[in-house]
Amino acid sequence: MVSMIDLDLINPNLLHLAPELSLFIAAFAVIVLDLVARDKRLLAWVSGAGLAIAATLALGLWGERATSFADALIVDELSVFFKLLFLGITFLVVLASQDYVRKFERFQGEYYGLILFACVGMMLVASVGELVSLYIALELQAFSLIALAGFLKDARSAESSVKFLLLSAISTAVMLYGMALLLGATGSTYLTDIAGRTREAFAAGRLADNAPLLLALVFLLVGFGFKIATIPFQMWVPDVYEGAPTPITAYLSVASKAAGFAVLLRVFYAVFGEDTVATDWRMLVAVLAIVSMTVGNVAAIAQQNIKRMLAYSTIAHAGYIMVGLATLTQLGQGSVLFYLVAYSFTNLGAFFAIIAIANRTGSDEIDDFAGMGRQAPFLAFVLGVSLVSLIGLPPTAGFMGKLYVFNAAVQDGLWWLVLAGVLNSVLSAYYYLRPIRVMYLGEPKAATSSLPSLPMRAALAISLGGVILLGILPGGLIDLAASAVRILTA
Amino acid sequence: MPGLTEYLLLSAVLFTIGLYGALVKRNVVVVLMCVEIMLNAVNIAMVAFSRFVVPVELTGQVFAVFIMTVAAAEVALGLAIILALYAHRGTVDTTNIDLMKF
Repeated sequence: MVSMIDLDLINPNLLHLAPELSLFIAAFAVIVLDLVARDKRLLAWVSGAGLAIAATLALGLWGERATSFADALIVDELSVFFKLLFLGITFLVVLASQDYVRKFERFQGEYYGLILFACVGMMLVASVGELVSLYIALELQAFSLIALAGFLKDARSAESSVKFLLLSAISTAVMLYGMALLLGATGSTYLTDIAGRTREAFAAGRLADNAPLLLALVFLLVGFGFKIATIPFQMWVPDVYEGAPTPITAYLSVASKAAGFAVLLRVFYAVFGEDTVATDWRMLVAVLAIVSMTVGNVAAIAQQNIKRMLAYSTIAHAGYIMVGLATLTQLGQGSVLFYLVAYSFTNLGAFFAIIAIANRTGSDEIDDFAGMGRQAPFLAFVLGVSLVSLIGLPPTAGFMGKLYVFNAAVQDGLWWLVLAGVLNSVLSAYYYLRPIRVMYLGEPKAATSSLPSLPMRAALAISLGGVILLGILPGGLIDLAASAVRILTA
Repeated sequence: MPGLTEYLLLSAVLFTIGLYGALVKRNVVVVLMCVEIMLNAVNIAMVAFSRFVVPVELTGQVFAVFIMTVAAAEVALGLAIILALYAHRGTVDTTNIDLMKF
């Protein structure tokens, strides 16, 4: 029995938590500043500064491998990679929110504050090594995002928020039951301990012979599957994406999904990474991948609202990324990280262009985008390039991402999975090209003019630059991703 | 005195009742209550496992305390959103929350 708290045992190294702590302070600063600041644009600048400081601190941790806070916090290349990805995404979302927040004069401080809190939650998700902390971190990001989804307080926004809350709560409860079973089967909540005990258990037989661990794996997959929005846990996606404020939809579609994959990589390869077991669950992941791609793409074809169309498209993309997850090789794990970055730039570019165009037309319906190719050439170009990247055509980031993922799968013998992926990409071209045709060939409905602000244009330019740069020069990021996943099989 | 099996059985039954209610009930507030039943079923399993599998450590008990705390925050958030929804629609029936569907 430990009667006194032993500080050396807990080893609280604040430097390892510095990125999260600084962002946490920035979030509170923004909320307090909202009370006194006259010019609300200041709030966005403070948020941006907080994100930049956190990113600098996170960069300083690159290359370090350590655990602190009684092994609950892991610092390695994988966690730092994800932290930088989340910070980058959040920075772009803050930039792009500046036009949008004029819709609500009050509560801008809470808006930016909640975005930063969600980012802190996701950064922690990527670096926890213990189940209680994982649960808290997941809920921190989920609650922030749920509140943000209902931020417009109109009927649709409230409806999207309530659906998000209920389905998130149910999936979390199932995930917690899985964690309880894991605690019962292994006697610990630490991933390293659990991994050690499961290795012993699996040395004797296959996953199907070990009922508690099999149930735990399936229940955990429910919770994580909800985060990455894969079939059959995708029911919330279209409604939440349509009703939520568009910058939050963009945030949800990339950051929340990346957080889900971060925890999937960490938990599944660490806890259920044993060869005999992994071959069992990889088939499950492969089947989910095919169903996700197909259902997402087929449902997207019929959509008239572009936010809803992209919602189904994110379900399909969860399927493509899971192809990389099913490979179980370093190449496949690296391809998951690369695809997530490429997909983030692409989807953010598409959503930011939609925000700017909808600011002019006042509508998210695809038919109302007619004539934008002439009226707003830059916005139409960004949306067009993003959609081409989502199809996966060169010379864009989406092409390199798909190439990398499918290559990893072929080398691992999953050619049938790649075949399904390629067929799905062809199918998806049908609906991705429709907005492009409408924008460039349709007749403009009415002359509108509303120039996007400077931060918005910067966000659009960065996303566009990322999409094209990663499509032409992917080498640097591929190396980074490869060194980030080295920890998983070490 | 009941053993681990009895506690786990109770937990499984409660969890199933909660899940059934969460998927079937039409009133959003009732759905939220059913989720609470599911979380409490998890708490029972946590504490039982902790008591019978690793009696010296209090891992499961600590986990249960955290689950209760987060569940309270969840209810606060949920009720606020339900109020906002009620202000617009005048109903909290899930069959009527259908502004957006496929």
